[in-house]
Amino acid sequence: MEKTGAQILLECLLQENVDAIFGFPGGAVIDIYHHLPSYPALRHFLVRHEQGAIHAADGYARATGRVGVCLVTSGPGATNTVTGIATAYMDSIPVVIITGQVPTPLIGNDAFQEVDIVGISRPCVKHNYLVKDVQDLAWIIKQAFYLARTGRPGPVLVDLPKDVLQAKTVPAYPESISMRSYNPHLEPNRRQLRKVVDLLRTCRRPLFYSGGGVISSDAFEELTWLARNLHIPVTSTLMGLGAFPGDDPLWLGMLGMHGTYAANMAVGHTDLLLAVGARFDDRVTGKISSFAPMAKVVHIDVDPTSIRKNVNVDVPIVADCRLALKGLRDEIMACAEASDWVLEHQSWLEQVQAWQRDHPLQYAFSEEPIKPQFVVEKIYELTKGEAIITTEVGQNQMWAAQFSRFHRPRSFITSGGLGTMGYGFPAAIGAQVAFPDKLVIDIAGDGSIQMNIQEMATAVSCNIPVKIVILNNGYLGMVRQWQELFYNKNYCATCMHTNPDFVKLAEAFGAAGFRVTKAADLEGVLKQAFALPGPVIVDVVVAEEENVYPMVPAGAALTDMLLV
Amino acid sequence: MRHVLSVLVENEPGVLSRVVGLFSGRGFNIETLNVGPTLEEGLSLMTITTLGDEAIIEQIVKQLRKLVTVVKVVDLTHLQKVEREMVLIKVNAEDASRAEVLRIADIFRCKVVDVGPNALTLEITGDQSKIKAIVSLLQRFGVKEFARTGTVALRRAMQMD
Repeated sequence: MEKTGAQILLECLLQENVDAIFGFPGGAVIDIYHHLPSYPALRHFLVRHEQGAIHAADGYARATGRVGVCLVTSGPGATNTVTGIATAYMDSIPVVIITGQVPTPLIGNDAFQEVDIVGISRPCVKHNYLVKDVQDLAWIIKQAFYLARTGRPGPVLVDLPKDVLQAKTVPAYPESISMRSYNPHLEPNRRQLRKVVDLLRTCRRPLFYSGGGVISSDAFEELTWLARNLHIPVTSTLMGLGAFPGDDPLWLGMLGMHGTYAANMAVGHTDLLLAVGARFDDRVTGKISSFAPMAKVVHIDVDPTSIRKNVNVDVPIVADCRLALKGLRDEIMACAEASDWVLEHQSWLEQVQAWQRDHPLQYAFSEEPIKPQFVVEKIYELTKGEAIITTEVGQNQMWAAQFSRFHRPRSFITSGGLGTMGYGFPAAIGAQVAFPDKLVIDIAGDGSIQMNIQEMATAVSCNIPVKIVILNNGYLGMVRQWQELFYNKNYCATCMHTNPDFVKLAEAFGAAGFRVTKAADLEGVLKQAFALPGPVIVDVVVAEEENVYPMVPAGAALTDMLLV
Repeated sequence: MRHVLSVLVENEPGVLSRVVGLFSGRGFNIETLNVGPTLEEGLSLMTITTLGDEAIIEQIVKQLRKLVTVVKVVDLTHLQKVEREMVLIKVNAEDASRAEVLRIADIFRCKVVDVGPNALTLEITGDQSKIKAIVSLLQRFGVKEFARTGTVALRRAMQMD
């Protein structure tokens, strides 16, 4: 039977097991919206700004590991997603973005709401398509989902001209995909794995440095097994938080610019750095020439371009992280002479524990003003790591990463690579849609939350009970911190003392709002907020000039930390 | 160091901008770029010459391979290969100098492809050093126009040690 392009698109989405679409309609995509009610399995969530749609699709993808879907119209609808596409690209998140386009005969004529979104998005997508013929639609959608979720995942954009959506054809849905130009290499090379085993035998101070790739490849169990059985301490990037239990004695916390003392010192002293699904980002390495100066480096990554991009590697392994770690476990189990890993790493672990003991994360408690770190600790205490935590970007993000603990993959959702303010709230909406019964909390700053605050209307109208906790210090805190430390306290353009009343704002949107100013009141209010069935803003007035420590100044070696 | 990369791509709209955008977006250089269809339908071959140290070239090759529309990348630099460019050059050739221009053309085995009262257009093929040599010889007569392809290159059938 003949179907229109719009119908074929929706059927393709069903075949990809899509159950949520975050979108905003417009002239170029009305045909899709016209048919959408006939496909009730495709739940549509109407956002208030297209950036909210792409971040929500991204949050859905991070929370589930499945492909998130975002649907927007041509022109401004499409360009409004670009920040979110770049966010997903930098953090390797599988998202399919469907954009409307003006009818094919008008393309290139500067038609109303026309923009070359395929050209604009090209540097920040894994791949993109302009569909010019309805016959191509079904295989392109299948390929788009396949590309988004396989290999190193990423965003894939499909641009659909209006006449293609209206054209009719008898659809032919492809069964399988074969692409001569795309074959990600997933299986680890056994010889390389044996080299790692040899290094493990001779090293005395090994360290796991895990990243987002451990989460996207579901390598949590393999990493945990290896670390625990070989007695290797674990640090991770911001993106890797949750890839190893945060309450394990081998856990050192995050490394990098705001990493823990123990993690950064361990990097400075390790003799075997096992980098898994991480990419040696500048916020992680600090001064690159002083990064892990004594270490042999093993680098496991599914993307060959990550390897030797920033640092030299002794044993490169291009493979899926889970398969590589599983292979490593098999090689170790097959070893004839079993090593006594406990004994061999004993003095190293003692050293690491001494660093942890001597310089733990700390702050000076105060009843009023409340310290932001205390708020994060309290949230963790109340949720016991069972909640999904999202963050905005800046100090709120670093405190959330430092003072919370994450025990499961996909329980911490944050914009790492791009550092997109305004990400956390819509991402929380996406995560909550995926897990309606879970507690989803956006730890926000007063600056960041205002970047996508309009999504309160989405949360209220779709009854998405996300809890927003604003660490309200009246500043764009991270920039202010840099101004304080490196720019003579010249607080130019970082003061936010004319913030809106977030409680009234919540109420204006039809949500609940609370304000807390004293530490003693915090627990009660948070409990009350978390128990409410709808979206809530908790505005916590915190110390204005609290800084995130430790801090490695930009360009300094990791071991040169400012501790207070 | 100059590298010659042979890049086999799916011949579809946008593939050139994906490749070129990769170079500009990541701060790599393109010295010359040549694209044309291959004998296999749907595939085009790009020959790109670029400058960079080994680490940069390694990144360029990996990044090219990562593009979904790129089928194969071969760095021909350290292989034995044949390398050619073609130049069309319109040189002043007044009565006094015409014989000399033709003599140079003959020595370099150029073809005269257009003759005017005051100028000759020559077609020159060769590797970069040959083209550099003849161009510098012809410049003193006055070059009116100049068009040049990028390098194309193929691996030699026999690779001698």
